[in-house]
Formats: sequence, structure tokens, C-alpha cells
Amino acid sequence: MSALPEVINPVEPFLRTERMPHIWCPGCGIGTTVNCFARALLESKRNLDRVAIVSGIGCSGRVAGYVKLDSFHTTHGRAIPFATGLKLANPSLEVVVYSGDGDLFAIGGNHLIHAARRNIDIKVICVNNLIYAMTGGQTAPTTPFTAITTTAPYGCYEPSFNLCALAESAGASYVARWTTFHVRQLTKSMSEILRKRGFCFIEVLSPCPTLYQRRNKMGDGLDTMKYYKEKSKVRHGAPTGEVALTKDGEIAVGKFVDRERPDYMELMRGRLADQLGERYVEMECPVCH
Amino acid sequence: MQADPRGVLTGVHFLDGDHACCEGALAAGARFAAGYPITPSTEVVERFAARIPTVGGTFIQMEDELAASIAIQGAVWAGAKAFTVTSGPGFSLMMEHIGFAAMTETPCVFVNVQRGGPSTGLPTLPAQADMMQARWGSHGDYEIIALCPNSPQECFDLTVRAFNLSEEYRTPVMFMMDECVGHMTEKVVIPPAEQVEVYPRRHTHRPPGAYKPYEPEADLVPEMAHAGEGYRFHITGLTHDEWGYPGMNVPTQDRLVRRLAQKIRAAEDRLTIVDENGVEDAEVAVVSYGITSRVAERAIEMARQRGVKTGRCRLIGVWPFPDRHLKALAARVKAFVVPEINLGQIAREVERVAGGAARTIPVTHAGGGVHHPQEIFEAIMEAAR
Amino acid sequence: MAKGNVTINVERCKGCAFCVEFCPTKVLALSSAFNSKGYHPPHVVALEKCSGCDLCGMYCPDFAIFGWRIKEAPGQEASDAG
Repeated sequence: MSALPEVINPVEPFLRTERMPHIWCPGCGIGTTVNCFARALLESKRNLDRVAIVSGIGCSGRVAGYVKLDSFHTTHGRAIPFATGLKLANPSLEVVVYSGDGDLFAIGGNHLIHAARRNIDIKVICVNNLIYAMTGGQTAPTTPFTAITTTAPYGCYEPSFNLCALAESAGASYVARWTTFHVRQLTKSMSEILRKRGFCFIEVLSPCPTLYQRRNKMGDGLDTMKYYKEKSKVRHGAPTGEVALTKDGEIAVGKFVDRERPDYMELMRGRLADQLGERYVEMECPVCH
Repeated sequence: MQADPRGVLTGVHFLDGDHACCEGALAAGARFAAGYPITPSTEVVERFAARIPTVGGTFIQMEDELAASIAIQGAVWAGAKAFTVTSGPGFSLMMEHIGFAAMTETPCVFVNVQRGGPSTGLPTLPAQADMMQARWGSHGDYEIIALCPNSPQECFDLTVRAFNLSEEYRTPVMFMMDECVGHMTEKVVIPPAEQVEVYPRRHTHRPPGAYKPYEPEADLVPEMAHAGEGYRFHITGLTHDEWGYPGMNVPTQDRLVRRLAQKIRAAEDRLTIVDENGVEDAEVAVVSYGITSRVAERAIEMARQRGVKTGRCRLIGVWPFPDRHLKALAARVKAFVVPEINLGQIAREVERVAGGAARTIPVTHAGGGVHHPQEIFEAIMEAAR
Repeated sequence: MAKGNVTINVERCKGCAFCVEFCPTKVLALSSAFNSKGYHPPHVVALEKCSGCDLCGMYCPDFAIFGWRIKEAPGQEASDAG
């Protein structure tokens, strides 16, 4: 059935192939985002030994276990503070946080806000499937108004978070949203953040066909991809306050924020060097050679 | 190996316990701390914030204790020695991450300068009521090492020891101070760096490809690697195999959890750290720790003057509980007197271990102050009857 | 002659059909065969239309397919899709 491969999938060396097939459902978009991430990493020509990935708990949190990088599957909501410690103790690492909407914005919300405020140089990829998938489909802060979940069996009556607006107002240097349909643009955004210093945030809308889409009678993964194609509108530079998502309204995608701000290490070093002069001793990176 | 002199403030100082603890951490090689302000512990990180930029490291005040307790673990996996500091309410918040450190075998130190509880309690006053929590606070089965200093000097010395034990056993270590010891100012002698013994990170010598993150050595402790070195390893809080990959089934759980427990239990003798006096022929042994041990010392003196052969058994290592040691003592004494600033936490352990061979008389204190020697003396006299 | 080809890892596929849908030249279709998990993997139905753009590879959530360009070299023949 397959052509005899003298060629190897360029993303193959990036995967923990012994752990395939992965646990994500048919039509789930998380794997698609990982494909884009792999391509962005390879294109960046980074030394992959120096890229670390930190994730939280949830379906998206499982990404850490499937990519062949130094990977840390931490506690629910706390990938960002773990990543902060990792980065500050070894600033030569590129630290990527890969997690889901509930993990990053509900239980982890406070940490996201402060890391953005501090402009910690970490890259956050938030796979937003509008639900708590791993635990069976409960309401998330992103679940659209009136959508059905297991903890909102009569339809969600909470206003939902606009993740991009939150990230921007907390101080993120880069904010973009794509869907798993936008594979090329997503890959490009991921490449961009790998070249940028500071707190960078990409929201990726992804199907959860087993739970969100099924319970809300929105079809399967493929139907959702087509839905994204139909409903998305590229709005580069749009004010993030205007890109809120609704249950079946327009999906604004694009790069909304791309600004220069000194990152945390720059601010810290600057201040301490200014005050201490010659006496200031920077953190000796324990593993830098 | 000897300490890095840049972190060792050699000399004779007049410091309180909190400050001495910070110096102990620096001497032990801690170069990263994350904290959150909470009385009566805050001075530890305040001093660290002032000292570390001239030693060479980083301090960050995180947004809460949940963040602080895991940020230090990120720093550890990047290669640094790290610690955090808190008191009761913050200790409660840190419990999940203490469990994460135990499960992932992340060496780090958690300092708890205990205060009155429960809940907000008595922020500025001493207690010793988190002792059981230090052992059992996080969910699941795990063992813990906990040390209790009773002076600012010990806050220095034992903090160094806490870091060393955490590296040797690849485990979080609870450093259980109390507000009294933390805020009392005494002479603290910090020796030259060559005389400070530090235990280095148990880093693997195997090359990438030949290294398994959770393959235990002979003492049941696996070697470590750090991010950025090319090992491309995975760690998770899920039940995992020797590769660090999730293996959520009974055999993997059994293997992992039993090894984590046995790693500490098998070292009970080495981890039995007591300060004893007069126990060889004692009728009554006073078992105490932390600030209470200093009050107990006076009471022991009073009892001996009255002709009661009283032994002092001060616990410096409270967890793992020195079962064998106390069981042997229980066979010789008539009774144990256990004064502590709580409603009888370690007293239960003493009673358990004594197994009826000796009586256990708790001398409780609900918190907010220290015992009067008279209370402990009367208990010793009662025990001797 | 086709400018590209695809390699399919049948056992990884979960039959989501993203590749089938988003191939710009409709090279693929879900086959009626099953893999060992019971999914229908894709197969090539129009090889001559394949440009090797690898959009299928970019979309695949399961790393089960990727496209590649056939390098033109004297005497080199395109492999059979099978």
C-alpha cells in the first residue's frame, strides 16, 4: 500500500516513535498541531538538545510524552511556573509550554497572567478544544455560551474567556490564533515565536470530536475542520477585544499582537547590574558548556 | 565534595534562624529559590533575594505557593539546587508539588517555619503542628525526610544537611523549623568552605541512549540528567516505567511506589539522626524536637536534680521516624514524655513504636508559645512514678 | 509522471480523512481495507496528480502519512504507489 520509503518523514526523528500510535482520538487536532510544531522546530534549525517542552494535564498535555525533546509532564495548571524555573536556571534553553485551554486558563490562569506580565521568555502553545476533554467533556472557561457539556447538561450559561485578549492585556509580546485547519499559517506563527524573545502565546482551535463536537451535534473531526475553514476570517492586527469566539459565529484568526518589550531576564540583569555594578554575579548556568 | 566558597559566608555571626537557614542554603549550593511571602518565614527569602545576586543565582517571588513549589523543580531539572520557604497555609498549598517531587524524584528542599494553625491561625507565633502533614500531606504513598533544627546554628548546619540528603536520595526534604527558632537570634559560626561538605547532584555518567531516567542504582536511587544535555528524557507525575513513560497498570505502580518507599525506609539507620544524653540507664526518656527540646532540656535538668534518671532523646530527623531506635529505647525505659507544640502528633508515633513496652505521656500545647519547663518536669515526675 | 508521492503508515492511521479532504489535487481516498485497529487508512487513487506538497503530512494528526517530491534524475523512475 505504501511507496517503499527511501525517504523518511522529516518529523519522524522528532517523535518518540516507540510510543506510537498515540492516545488522541480519530479526528482530534492535537496531533496536527504537533506536526506543525515539528516542522517549525526543524525549520528553525535549532539544536533540539536545547529545546525543552513542558506540559500540564489534559489531552494536550500528553504532547510532552510524544516528542523527542527533554520533556516535562507536570501538574495541572502549573506548566508555566515549572517552565519559568527551568528557563531562569538555564536561560540558554528554549522552553515551550504545550497545554490545553483548561490547564492554562482555569487552574493555570494566574500563572499565565503573571508570566505574561513578567514577559518571561517562554513560548506557550494553547490547544483550545473548548472543553475539558481528558476527563470526559466538562465545561471549560472557553466553552461557548449555550454549548452542552457534562457539567452543563442544559447548556453552558457562563460567559467564556477571550484567551487572546487576556494574554494581550496581561502583557504577552506575541498573540496569535489559528485553527488546526490553518496548518501553514500555524507553522509560520510557531516559527515566528521561536525567533522571538519574550512571552509568546498562540491559541490553536482544535476539534474534540469525541466530546465537544459530538455532544453539540457538530459532526466529527473532518466536519469541524471544514467548519473552521468556513467560519474563519484572517484578521491580522485586529484588537483582541474584538476577536472573542461564540458558539457558531466568526472565528477571527491571525496574528494580533507582535510587540517588543524587554523580557524578564533583561529586566532583572539590567536592574541588578545597575545597582550592583561589578559585584553582580549572574546565574552560572549549571549545564552550559 | 566541598562547598563553593562564593556561597559560604565564613565567620562568626549573630543571626536569627531564618537568616541562618538562608546562609545554609547558599553554603549548600542553592542557586535558585522561589518563594511567596508568609510570616514567619519571609526573611529566609528576603535575605536570599539580597544575597544571591552577588553569589550568582536567581530568586523569583512567584505569584503564589503553588507556583513557587513547582518553579523550584523546573530549576532543579535545569541543573540548579533549589528550595522554597513557607509556613502553614503555604505548606498546605504546596502539598501537590511535594508529591510531584517525591514521584519524579526531584531533589529540593521545602522549608516550613511553623506557626499556629489551623488555617490562618497565629501568623507570628510558634507551633509544631505541621509534623504529620510533613509526612502525609500529599496524596498517595510516599516517604519523606524531615529535619528539625533547634537553634539558629542548627538552622545553618541542618539546612546544608537537608540539601545533601535531598541529593543523595533524590527526594524532597522538609525542613521543619518553628517561629521561635526562626526568629531567635544567636551566635552562628559558619566555617570556611573547605569544611562544608556538600553532596553533589547524582548526575549520570552514561551517555544519551544508554541512560534510563528511572533505572535505580544499588541503593534504589536513579541517576539524574538535566535538560539541555542531549538526553531527551521524559518525566511525568503519572505512574511511570524506568524510561519515565506513563505505565498506568498494577505491575508498574507496584514496582515504582514500593521502590520510592523502600528507597527511604532501607536507609532508616542512616536517617536516624538523634541527639541523646543519659539514655543508657534512663527511667524516663523525653522525646522532643525543635524549640521544645530547649525547654525540655531545663525540665530534664530539674528532674535529674530530683533523682529521676531522665534521658534526652532529641529528634533531629523526625521523618522517617526512627522506629528501630525508639523501639530499642522503649525496651529499656519505663515511659516516654513527649512535649510538643501541638495536640500530640509525634507522641502518636512514639506510642506506636513503643508498642506497649513503655508508657507514652504527651505534653501538649495548642500553639502560640512554648511550654513552661514546669509542665514538662511534672510529666517526667508522673512518668517516673 | 507524478512529481510527488506519499508514504502511508497504515497502522498509525485512525481514518480521520483530513488527508483525503485537504489534498489539493485529490490524490487520496479512504480504502475499504482495515488496519489492525479497524480503521480505514487512505490509499493513493491518483498518483499522477501528486505534487509532493506534503499538505497531507501537515494535516495528519497521527503522523501516518507524508508527501515527498520525487527528485528528477537521469534513469530514476517513480516508485509504484501500490
